[in-house]
Amino acid sequence: MVSFRGEIVAIKDLPLDEYVLKGHAACPGCPITIALRIALKALGKKTILVIPACCTAVIEALYPKTAFNVPILNIAFEASAAGASGVASALKMLQQKDITPVVWAGDGGSYDIGLQALSGALERGTNFIYVCYNNQMYSNTGIQRSGATPYGAWTTTTWTGKKERQKELAEIVMAHHIPYIATATIAYPEDLFNKMKKAKEIKGSRYIEILAPCPPGWRFDMSKTVEMSKLAVETGAWVLYEVVNGKMEFNGYSKRILEGKERKPVEEWLKMQGRFRHLKEEELAKIKEMLDEKWKEYKKLYSSETSPDK
Amino acid sequence: MKTAISYPTVGAMGKTGTWRVFRPSLDREKCIKCWRCWIFCPDSAISRDEYPVIDYEYCKGCGVCANECPVNAIEMGREEK
Ligand SMILES: Cc1ncc(C[n+]2csc(CCOP(=O)(O)OP(=O)(O)O)c2C)c(N)n1
Ligand code: SF4
Ligand code: SF4
Ligand code: SF4
Repeated sequence: MVSFRGEIVAIKDLPLDEYVLKGHAACPGCPITIALRIALKALGKKTILVIPACCTAVIEALYPKTAFNVPILNIAFEASAAGASGVASALKMLQQKDITPVVWAGDGGSYDIGLQALSGALERGTNFIYVCYNNQMYSNTGIQRSGATPYGAWTTTTWTGKKERQKELAEIVMAHHIPYIATATIAYPEDLFNKMKKAKEIKGSRYIEILAPCPPGWRFDMSKTVEMSKLAVETGAWVLYEVVNGKMEFNGYSKRILEGKERKPVEEWLKMQGRFRHLKEEELAKIKEMLDEKWKEYKKLYSSETSPDK
Repeated sequence: MKTAISYPTVGAMGKTGTWRVFRPSLDREKCIKCWRCWIFCPDSAISRDEYPVIDYEYCKGCGVCANECPVNAIEMGREEK
């Protein structure tokens, strides 16, 4: 079924085109390739990917072969937004208006080392899409903490659980007043597809962040990648929204939570992941308290965006 | 200086079906053609024909398809060596 706004609302209507070719190097059950398959179905072949050092750069496979059927610029860990700015300028000079430069970077490359380049590109209004797939750690180098690793999570550099809270990159991006920001996750392919498609139609800087549960990094069975993504949304550990020209709108299950549907207990999500196995009671209580606080913030935003006098 | 350029290739990392420990098998009688297995396969190893078709040369046996099938039409069984 295709809705009146041209949005795809059923999986069977997603395009058959396949840009992630069989026989790539990702671990079995990898969330990145699920996300990239769906994203490229929306973006189409007139896309230039800019990929820094991260799992995706390995998944691509080795010279002289690549597993992705679109042009790719591989670039240093910190430099993807700067590289994409160059690609965007070149496309402008060449008057290639229908080609979209798209950064595809991990949370390490976005929240941490690439943040300065990202902020600069957004402030310049660079005409590109920046996608951060967020697996909440540096997975390519063997599971180290990142600025996106949540409080309490085990990584090889936080082996008694991370003591600090994760930051919210999408909210930092909001402070750049760009025309389009969205969050998504792989369990909702129609939502991810529609957001990618929408981003593609808009001019200027666009930012999309995709939660990507990683089986070896989060310590769960490789068959549960999509289930983990869905549970993250249902428990409120991840939130789905869009910010179009500064106007925020919550989507899907997250919107339903704000309309009164109960959030599933976050333990349901935590207990499926080995990285939270060591959690003490007081740490669990702290996680729940921080989550409640975050959802109070969302509720406030939701009420102000939906109040009739606006 | 020569720029290193890679070209798109199916099986760029070889026949990844050899990684598989568990093998998905589809029961067509149960399948309701919702295509969840197709969209969620991380390895693009399921294609759409009249029914889903699994490419065993490349399927890594993750079991995501079986886990996401709403009617349990896909079963994972140990790969025979
Ligand atoms: C300047 C620099 N520092 C460190 C590295 C090593 N390195 C390569 S990938 C990577 C981690 C990437 O993490 P993230 O961006 O979260 O992507 P993921 O691996 O999770 O896909 C690191 C530390 C590097 N390539 N360059
Ligand atoms: S470590 Fe995680 S994100 Fe990286 S390739 Fe493996 S499953 Fe994918
Ligand atoms: S087991 Fe995994 S790789 Fe194989 S067809 Fe199912 S989802 Fe694809
Ligand atoms: S997920 Fe199950 S029911 Fe849906 S198409 Fe695949 S096998 Fe058929």
